[in-house]
Amino acid sequence: MGSETEQGRQETAAPAIELRGISKAFGPVQANKDISISVAKGTIHGIIGENGAGKSTLMSILYGFYRADSGEIYINGKKTEIHDSQDAIAAGIGMVFQHFKLVENFTVLENVILGAEDGPMLRPSLAKARRTLRELATEYELNVDPDAVIEDLSVGHQQRVEILKALYRQADILILDEPTGVLTPAEADHLFRILRNLKAQGKTILLITHKLREIMEITDTVSVMRQGEMKGTVRTSETSPEDLAERMVGRKVLLRVDKKPATPGETVLEVENLRVVDNAGVERLRGISLQVRAGEILGIAGVAGNGQSELLEVLGGFREASGTVRLKGQELALSGRHADGQSRRARGIAHVPEDRQSEGLIMEFAAWENIVFGYHHDPQYQKNRLLMDNAGIRKIAAGKMERFDVRPRDVNLRAKSFSGGNQQKLVLAREMERNPDLLLVGQPTRGVDIGAIEFIHQNIIKLRDQGKAILLVSVELDEIMSLSDRIAVMFDGRIMGERRPEETDERELGLLMAGVTNTGEAA
Amino acid sequence: MERMPKWADVFLVPFINLVLAFLVSGLVVLAIGENPLDAIYYMVKGAVGTTSGLGYTLYYATNYIFTGLAVAVAFQARLFNIGGEGQAAIAGIGVALVMLAFDWPAWWLALPFAIAGAAAFGAAWAFIPAWLQAKRGSHIVITTIMFNFIGAALMGYLLNGVLKNPNTQNAETVAFPKAAALPTAYDILAPLGIPFSKSAPLNISFILALICAWLVWLLIWRTRLGYQIRAFGQSESAARYAGISAVRVTIIAMLISGGLAGLLAINVVMGEQERLIKEFVEGAGFVGIAVALMGRSHPFGIVLAALLFGMLTQGGFELLWEMPGISKEMVLVIQALIILFTGALDNMVRVPVERMFLWLGKGRA
Repeated sequence: MGSETEQGRQETAAPAIELRGISKAFGPVQANKDISISVAKGTIHGIIGENGAGKSTLMSILYGFYRADSGEIYINGKKTEIHDSQDAIAAGIGMVFQHFKLVENFTVLENVILGAEDGPMLRPSLAKARRTLRELATEYELNVDPDAVIEDLSVGHQQRVEILKALYRQADILILDEPTGVLTPAEADHLFRILRNLKAQGKTILLITHKLREIMEITDTVSVMRQGEMKGTVRTSETSPEDLAERMVGRKVLLRVDKKPATPGETVLEVENLRVVDNAGVERLRGISLQVRAGEILGIAGVAGNGQSELLEVLGGFREASGTVRLKGQELALSGRHADGQSRRARGIAHVPEDRQSEGLIMEFAAWENIVFGYHHDPQYQKNRLLMDNAGIRKIAAGKMERFDVRPRDVNLRAKSFSGGNQQKLVLAREMERNPDLLLVGQPTRGVDIGAIEFIHQNIIKLRDQGKAILLVSVELDEIMSLSDRIAVMFDGRIMGERRPEETDERELGLLMAGVTNTGEAA
Repeated sequence: MERMPKWADVFLVPFINLVLAFLVSGLVVLAIGENPLDAIYYMVKGAVGTTSGLGYTLYYATNYIFTGLAVAVAFQARLFNIGGEGQAAIAGIGVALVMLAFDWPAWWLALPFAIAGAAAFGAAWAFIPAWLQAKRGSHIVITTIMFNFIGAALMGYLLNGVLKNPNTQNAETVAFPKAAALPTAYDILAPLGIPFSKSAPLNISFILALICAWLVWLLIWRTRLGYQIRAFGQSESAARYAGISAVRVTIIAMLISGGLAGLLAINVVMGEQERLIKEFVEGAGFVGIAVALMGRSHPFGIVLAALLFGMLTQGGFELLWEMPGISKEMVLVIQALIILFTGALDNMVRVPVERMFLWLGKGRA
């Protein structure tokens, strides 16, 4: 692993975490294969790898959710058996999950003491927690109102509560699983400041992520995992994003998207003053207006939950709205019978939805059944007036899977048995080959491995170059920056501004995403 | 992960469930001081030992196929229709109205109209809960079970009122035209030289039930409507994305479900009783839930499960007759144990069996 030499400056101290020969199999799947890793005290150590590389399994073993089939765990040089999360907490390990484990209608204080109460009465524990929280807040810039109810807090603050929970339990080792996925760039910066403070106080941090930029920015050392195996640990200062990407995927990867300048044609999509009020009476879209022309990609940037999903749902035909939407000059119904997915498809709109597992695909359906999903009324898929042409659909599905390199190429395999990237390729194969006038794409590469990202990006560009209009929604700023010909930033149901990717930077977009419009002055 | 071969899923797991249920039933029979082997002997003999027993077994199985299919079709759309009891009862009115409307000269002339009447009335009784679910979000489990009671009350009202045969004390209609009686197994088999009990109520409805099973299979796995029903059942949000109307699928699936439950009235009202009697469904609507569960909502499984439950019903009656030590409640306990093991405790067997296949698979690899 080479970790012995890298810990030169702390060679006297035992490593905070040392894993030796950890293996774990789920049925026939070997999730971790003989993993050894050593993390020095007081450092930030990154673990990077594609989805399914075994990062989360490894951390779950460390936190006691799974038991390793073989291997040993040493904490501060001492061999430690971790059977459950209680053991992990006792060993000084705290974990911040990707999906927070907070009680939504409890206050911050109540969440912090939950499971760590000192006795049957709550009052003394709450008082003690209040004192501790005050100390932690000044020490680490971890400011949260202790009496706020969780559901009223922003995502960034909720994450701080998770960190506070771990610190309140005296954690010396903090594991963070994809912590920036839900944060604005500014919130992510703040998180990194907190992590640096924690490191300065001697805490050890394990950061799991698939974002190369974060690894380069904050970690001291980084371990790369691929297909359940450890592909080496290096000092961050001695590596580059390209090198890490290559180790993750096992071959050279193009990190920048290769594309020619757009040659936009006539306006395909025109949206004017679009408004959506949700069931709770909250206005989700507050007068959106935008245009997408043929042969260009309009990227919508923004932190999740600022109305992008609603915009896609309205255009895709499964959410009612008021305002005007025109496709090639013809108005689209925004409510009533003709505001549904069928009518939109008939008008030439294809839609790759944000959530392929609950919208784009039916996980229990075989690949061939999914390949006609939404287009199942199409005459070419019918045998006669009554029956569907299942054999014909299988043949068509096999062809699409071939062209979009879906692996394994088994039309009868259920969607849930494919990896995230291959599931996404199934959706793309279905939507892109319809030759639509307008393609709506939501989070095209969420949970998709780097190799597949490259393929998906190339296909989106290819469709643009065929003269199609593309509306891209993504929370990954990198993706927006590299694919879009124009970028619109959404915040709180409004479009805060439009920029061209070559005339802006992540800082300016980040401010717009946080609702700051006068970026000139702020900069 | 595709964990185990299909044959294990379809046959091995239910078989182990059944064996366990019989073992526990045996212990219960032992506990009250009776011989469990005798009990099984009388049950099996009673169910399939004579053509009369077999005739009753298949007659009950016919009912269970209809109600099992009804539950299964709704369940493909993730709608739990437990109102088969009421839908079948109301369908009886439909059959009676058709049969009493004319002096039918032949059964084959009356049958299509009776089927239409039964299906239409059953479907109509399912439509109201379906509409309430689709439009108002009233939970279908609650509304269908309430409609069972309303249906029973309506039957009581009509059969003690306008539909009542004035010449009897019972809540029943006058007898249907004799010429329209459905051919029984005896009628069909005797010309072929095959002896069959004359008293057994098994009739041509059994064939109708098998045809319905095949049609349901065709509907669910071969038609666009079935595709939409399954898609909606698997993921409501995905169905919304695809433009599949929740209202439409909910209502159509429930109409088909209610119609299938209604066909039970063909077997019982037209085929056996030849008049409408108040409580003719006798719990078959509820047995259909167990049948659909055990048959894993697949028509083939449902036919097999319905045969099993037909045997249990008929065998249970024989058991009561042959072993006075065993009470009616005892028979219910045995039937309940089988439902418990094949339905509710299914995972208890499934998970270990899956593990076993994983382990075998690993050994080979």
